[in-house]
Amino acid sequence: MSHPVVKGLIVPGLPQPLLTPEANEGYSRLRGAFEKAREEIQESEADVLIVYSTMWPSIIGHQVQALPEPEWTHVDELFHDLGSIPYKFRIDSELAGGICESAQGRGLCARTVAYHGFPIDTGSVVALELLNPNNELPAVILSSNAYADRSETVVFGKSVVDALAAQGKKAAVVVVMTLSNRLFTRFIDPAEDHIHSDKDEEWNQKLLEFFAEGRLEDVAQLSREIHKQIRIPKVVNFKPMWWLSAVMGAHNNYAGTVHGYGALYGTGGAVISLTPAEAGVGVKEFDEADVEVFTGNRDVLGGSANSEARATEPAAATVPVGGSSHAAHLGAAPVSEVPENEPETALRTSAAPKPVGAYPHARRVGDLLFLSGVGPRQAADNSIPGGPIRDAEGNPRDYDVYAQTQAVIGNIRSILEATGSSLEKVLDVTVFLVDMDRDFEEFNRAYKEAFEGIGAARTTIAIRALPTPIAVEFKVLAAAGDA
Amino acid sequence: MPNGRIVAGALAPHPPHLIYAENPPQNEPTAECGWETLRWGYERLRADIDKRDVDVLVVHSPHWQTYVGTHLLGVPKFDSLSVDPIFPNLFRYHYEMNVDVELAEAIHDEAVSEGLEMKMMRNPDFRVDYGTIVCCHLTRPQWDLPIVSISSNRSESYYGVEVMQEMATALGKATRRAVEQSGKKAALLCSSSLSHRHFTTEAEIPEDMSREHITSHALYLWDMQLLEMVRKGQTRQMVDVMPEFITQAKSEMDAGSFAWLMSALDYPTEPGEVYAYGTVIGTGNAVVGWFPEGVAVS
Repeated sequence: MSHPVVKGLIVPGLPQPLLTPEANEGYSRLRGAFEKAREEIQESEADVLIVYSTMWPSIIGHQVQALPEPEWTHVDELFHDLGSIPYKFRIDSELAGGICESAQGRGLCARTVAYHGFPIDTGSVVALELLNPNNELPAVILSSNAYADRSETVVFGKSVVDALAAQGKKAAVVVVMTLSNRLFTRFIDPAEDHIHSDKDEEWNQKLLEFFAEGRLEDVAQLSREIHKQIRIPKVVNFKPMWWLSAVMGAHNNYAGTVHGYGALYGTGGAVISLTPAEAGVGVKEFDEADVEVFTGNRDVLGGSANSEARATEPAAATVPVGGSSHAAHLGAAPVSEVPENEPETALRTSAAPKPVGAYPHARRVGDLLFLSGVGPRQAADNSIPGGPIRDAEGNPRDYDVYAQTQAVIGNIRSILEATGSSLEKVLDVTVFLVDMDRDFEEFNRAYKEAFEGIGAARTTIAIRALPTPIAVEFKVLAAAGDA
Repeated sequence: MPNGRIVAGALAPHPPHLIYAENPPQNEPTAECGWETLRWGYERLRADIDKRDVDVLVVHSPHWQTYVGTHLLGVPKFDSLSVDPIFPNLFRYHYEMNVDVELAEAIHDEAVSEGLEMKMMRNPDFRVDYGTIVCCHLTRPQWDLPIVSISSNRSESYYGVEVMQEMATALGKATRRAVEQSGKKAALLCSSSLSHRHFTTEAEIPEDMSREHITSHALYLWDMQLLEMVRKGQTRQMVDVMPEFITQAKSEMDAGSFAWLMSALDYPTEPGEVYAYGTVIGTGNAVVGWFPEGVAVS
């Protein structure tokens, strides 16, 4: 399966190239660069344009524009004297919804926005007006969450890939940002615009060199240093390269083209395209981990004092087993965050991987424990023993289903023991395999080693896919520990 | 000789949730209830401002962010739709407002004489920021007074809190002089919360008050420290502690709105009237009034 992102673009969001290209040679050069980028998009196989704008900050998770035809006359809050920008865009609402669902499936808070008059940011307006002036392609616009750091941003990028793959679409993705972002703080004559400082210029040139060599992941890995050196800290970090690299496959094998570079009121504006290539500078030794699922605490609405008490309470010592609290059910295991409105019979434990959706690890009804589907992901770091079944680009890779099955059984054991039950009390198991022909024998070997003598009923089913890149998942029914 | 003066100053936070919960005809979404403590506090602030026969509201807003200079609305009338970019599900508000362009230009000119970079916003298509709209609505829902809206220059991002406060102080002095020379009675609104750390998830029912609380105990302590200073009339000390407060409490007072207000009021030493304190999606908010001519009006 080829990667669904066929083109990556970096463009500035300030309005001068759109509204006053004649005012400065650099503005005019950038305008021409936008035109070249537009031609590249037209010649690509892209079905849709996805814009990630650093000028659209969000607080409540990640927002995705989903109104089919947003229409307004936009005025920039700073450069209002340059003129108004009437616009009408064509949005791919189906893909917008798909991205939200994928993001939620990977542990993120995300929602679509579809309201007449929603204030689409200047950067998105400029990018779409110049790259897609006649709405040749439908578009999706994504916010940049103000609180998100790297892991959340990377996972959001992967969510986009999920959605594109699920809908069979190919995309050109656009990041709206400047390189150095220090504006002049005094009004200037546009004809005399220039990069704010030599230091910013030197860093910009280094970045342009990286991009021209197609070294996107290298730039992403340098994001924290870039933030310190040439970014005014308007947000928690410089994150667009994390998103772009994640959405394009996290490597350095691109054909990079710098279509144009110039100063925009002191900032460094560049129009750059990255096209996936067979070869490039190759993979380097990266410091920052790859992340598949966001496991940070975004579920903070439950009473903070109660949550803290749950998280630290030595539960087994203070609450009798069989009592009414979550902690009692979960024995001595540390307790993960529990939504305030979840029934007390819903059970969670941090000893097992965090659920990827709105469900607990298990639910007790009478003397029975119903476990949610359990996969091999590890609670500590979300790694997959035996390796994932596909790489970040969606390409199949070799994996060890025996190791994955052992990990699944280990997670089941952790959940059951956290509730006071045990593997020996399992009554019924439903097994899901994504490749029955390839994997049944090795799965069955691992299963036998753990379950022989327990006498649990079992059903094994082949399915097309699981939500994360794993080969095997168990659904378990067990007797409670005190049954 | 003109006898213009500032007759009221207010810390007037702008969470759109308060308008959402109030269900005014201008706002599209409707709510069952919510954030009553703050809304009832606003009612008391309104009553005290109403007693003073105010001619104009002057608001400094963190949500009109300008990185080059400080800008003022310079178009006499606006009529449009404001949709909150963060909470569009709660705030889609149809606004009509008149602007006191004459006073705005006077503040502009006085601020230029203080050495500040200033600009008048003359584009009639401009959309007024929701920070201005929300705090003006909650202070004067009749919309029968003209307003002056001042942007927040983001000098804190470029230089630091001290420079921001210096610039906001100069802007406050310029505002006071312009009001005095205008012959008008003005109420000044600092459109700002106190601590400003949000939840990043939202309850299924946004007005579900069982889910509303401060994001952390530390931020509550900071908010109470500030309000104790208000109650003791220690406004200079408040400005002094502001750099640490902004850093520790993630406060949006980095916009300079509070330093501007205190400077314009010339650092009142009488206790401020704390009408309410409450949280909105985790942020700390207080409605506070200062009345240079005394709280009681005969």
